[in-house]
Amino acid sequence: MDFNLSEEHRLVQQTAREFANREILPVAGQLDAEHRFPAEIVRGLGELGLMGVMVPEEYGGAGMDNVAYILAMEEVARACASTAAIMSVNNSLVCDPILRYGTEDQKRRYLPVLASGREVGCYCLTEPSAGSDAASLQTSARLDGDRWVLNGTKAFVTNAREAWVFVVYARTEEEPGARGISAFLVERDHPGISVGKVERKMGLLASSTCEVLLEDCRVPKDNLLGRRGEGFKVALSTLDGGRIGVAAQAVGIARAALEESVGYAKQRRQFGRPIAEFQAIQWKIADMATRIDAARLLTLRAAWLRDQGKRCTLEASMAKLFASETAMWAAHQGVQIFGGYGYIKDYPVERYFRDAKITEIYEGTSEIQRMVIARNLLS
Amino acid sequence: MPNDVWIVADHAGGSPRRITLELLGKGRELANARGGRLVALVLGHGLVNPAQAFGEYGADTVLAVDHPHLQAYTTDGYTEALTALVRERTPWLVVVPSTAWGRDCAPRLAVRAGAGIVTDVEALWLEEGRLLARRPMYTRKVMATAEYRQEGPHVAVVLPKVFPPAARQEGRTAQVEWVQVSVSPPRSRVVETRALQRERVSLTEAEVIVSGGRGLRGPENFSLLDALAAELGAAVGSSRPPVDSGWVPHDYEIGQTGKTVSPTVYIAVGISGAPQHLAGMSGSKYIVAINKDPNAPIFQLASLGVVGDLFQIVPKLTEEVRRLRAQG
Amino acid sequence: MDVVVCIKQVPDTEQPIRVRPDGSGIDEQGLNWILNYYDEHAVEEALRVREKHGGTVTVVCVGPARAAEAIRTALAMGADEAVHVSDPALEGADPLQVARVLAQVVRQLRYDLVLCGRLATDDNASVVGPALAEYLGLPQATAISKLELRDGGATVEREVEGGVELLEVPLPAVFTVERTINEPRYPTLPGIMRAKRKEIRTLGLSELGLEPQEVGAQASRVGYTRFEPPPRRQAGQIVTPDSPEEAARLIARFLQETAKVL
Repeated sequence: MDFNLSEEHRLVQQTAREFANREILPVAGQLDAEHRFPAEIVRGLGELGLMGVMVPEEYGGAGMDNVAYILAMEEVARACASTAAIMSVNNSLVCDPILRYGTEDQKRRYLPVLASGREVGCYCLTEPSAGSDAASLQTSARLDGDRWVLNGTKAFVTNAREAWVFVVYARTEEEPGARGISAFLVERDHPGISVGKVERKMGLLASSTCEVLLEDCRVPKDNLLGRRGEGFKVALSTLDGGRIGVAAQAVGIARAALEESVGYAKQRRQFGRPIAEFQAIQWKIADMATRIDAARLLTLRAAWLRDQGKRCTLEASMAKLFASETAMWAAHQGVQIFGGYGYIKDYPVERYFRDAKITEIYEGTSEIQRMVIARNLLS
Repeated sequence: MPNDVWIVADHAGGSPRRITLELLGKGRELANARGGRLVALVLGHGLVNPAQAFGEYGADTVLAVDHPHLQAYTTDGYTEALTALVRERTPWLVVVPSTAWGRDCAPRLAVRAGAGIVTDVEALWLEEGRLLARRPMYTRKVMATAEYRQEGPHVAVVLPKVFPPAARQEGRTAQVEWVQVSVSPPRSRVVETRALQRERVSLTEAEVIVSGGRGLRGPENFSLLDALAAELGAAVGSSRPPVDSGWVPHDYEIGQTGKTVSPTVYIAVGISGAPQHLAGMSGSKYIVAINKDPNAPIFQLASLGVVGDLFQIVPKLTEEVRRLRAQG
Repeated sequence: MDVVVCIKQVPDTEQPIRVRPDGSGIDEQGLNWILNYYDEHAVEEALRVREKHGGTVTVVCVGPARAAEAIRTALAMGADEAVHVSDPALEGADPLQVARVLAQVVRQLRYDLVLCGRLATDDNASVVGPALAEYLGLPQATAISKLELRDGGATVEREVEGGVELLEVPLPAVFTVERTINEPRYPTLPGIMRAKRKEIRTLGLSELGLEPQEVGAQASRVGYTRFEPPPRRQAGQIVTPDSPEEAARLIARFLQETAKVL
């Protein structure tokens, strides 16, 4: 048993922390206020290798592992949860399935660009009436000569407004449920794909979340990702990695709330002394720190298992469930510690509170995670 | 002489600069404790009799070295001249001012003369025959006491403004000894020295910040702060209300939604001290607050809080600073 | 142009630094150890010299085993080779001894230029650079903010009291760099992976032909006897002067005598 990070993992953490402190933290509040996509930061992350952490070097990535990925994710999320979401989608939901199921041509075409941060990808699974029950999706794809023709509407697609490549799940077979689904790589310039409504959200305001419309969208035959009818397998394969990434994002948000709270509690004076001297505040801080550490350890374990090539569905779900609920709880405590100042936009805890909520929802709601965990124990 | 204290003078054409007076004051005390002489070393070219100035500030002897290669400071020239003198006359302690040139040559002198060296010295004293020096470490988060472990010579590089300047004793004189030292031509050459242009000092780097708040009442009154800042070589900042009111641009703002600063001195003028502002400046070493409201929260943080009318106090303060600076 | 960069691992002083209760040193528990910021700039400058003039960049570090991580950071930034001198006898060695050891290593390397940070943020001594130059018998310039190389020489800028000095220095030479000299690059993840494959030559004193009693802590001419937290800021004083003149005098005296900025 060894809780020490390896030297290269510490260096990744250090690099991500320095970059986040210098380049992201100073502008995070502004990005949120202006709902602005951090294009320059994303390019910077790409130059560091953080937009394709697990993409091998031969495809322009960093060739590192899940542990490196989540260490960097925590640092980025601590500075800006929106940027972390953009990074998470690109790494876990776009590069990862291309790497696992893509043909050599697909890997060569997409991975170097996505890993460089010059372009981002997005993931189109959810539909207006197929959320947690993803296998009920309605988008269709039929073969017409050397093209696939896709029709349907995708919902809540992170990065869609900026994306170059869309991983789209559509029904190719008559069979209902999971078995009739295939995955496709659709480019923004393919005819028939367009970005619809850009959602007005509670949090993650610097990243876009949009509707994606497919209207007789024609895609080359070779852009099928994985085998025909095996799309759901592709989708499932991204789940564990995606959940570990979101868990790390949640740990980052929670840590930001803790760090801001500690700083404020030492400085804010009431009744003639810093509020840090009041036990009510001390207990909140102690509980925040403890839960955050537990969340981080769960997340690291899940990432480590995945790096060992072991099954980690249960552990990824536990990490995602606990970390996201910790983020929400810690942000809530943070706002409370700041009192009235926590409720206004001059201080970032208000943003953490809004940003934390989504981690309990996307990539499997807390309820879905509990279902997965229970099923593992009861079946 | 093994008990002598030497001060390597920072001087302009043979007359001592302020830091030299500070070193002479401390040097006098140590020379007395040790029972040695206080010696001022004056290196240069075309020196006019430096005896009187140094004598009046406590030196017993002036060692004057006049050489064409010592016209301007060079690493080689100073190291060679100083080493020759130290080797020949074996002082107990050589005190070097922590200036750009002092920090440049002192380590080389220490190596060549076989001396121990302590830099950034803020206190220097004898304890049971041992020489001790206190200095900041870890970017001033720790104060450490260093001990010179062998017999002299010792080298101490002393920070400016930590010791009070020696008091002037009119008419006191020092004995001057003109010393011949051979100095080789230096290997590097100073091409030019440009005066540093005083552009607007940046907030995050400034040693002193003068900052204004709502109490200034309007944009025109920031000129009061500009005048004071010019005298102090300070940067001008503001809290949020002047920015929100458009009196000053956003890059002036210090606080939660602006810059975080930690100067040596932060002078808060007409700033009440909302938590958003305190978040950006509470790391300042000293905080001076001028405000007419004695209950303003800024006073809880102030090292010196002055209750009064800023419109009367600030111009007087500018005058007073100008007067003190003119005195040198 | 072959460049040697001397680097040091230091605790991150942006985090709290606590003194041990017995005053014997700082509490090392929970410290985050990083490559000294000034040395980061020295590595960056060396990489820029290599990019412009070709050659190699070798980093040299004296420090305990954990310092390998700082070396790895420099390699991940792009340095080609590394030498790590690690020997228990060097624990507590003063900067002059460290400079002597560095000089012994540098002599065995090919170099046209040696770069150091102006100071290390742990002991803040700024002694190693010039002392190293002295041991090597080389010319130097300290605290440089600009470096240009041409025809076997260097032109550097360094800030001096009230001005900027432009200096011509023949090579080889030792320069210590100020943080204004450049903006260091971040080590990239591929860089970190490449650094993992680079070898760090680890040497003890005996492999350098040095005796512990000659250069180690025992030989140090200076040692620390006590560490203390800095004095706490004194409780503030709030005054209501009788006149604006008195207020001005009071503040001016504070600026001069307490804050020492006048």
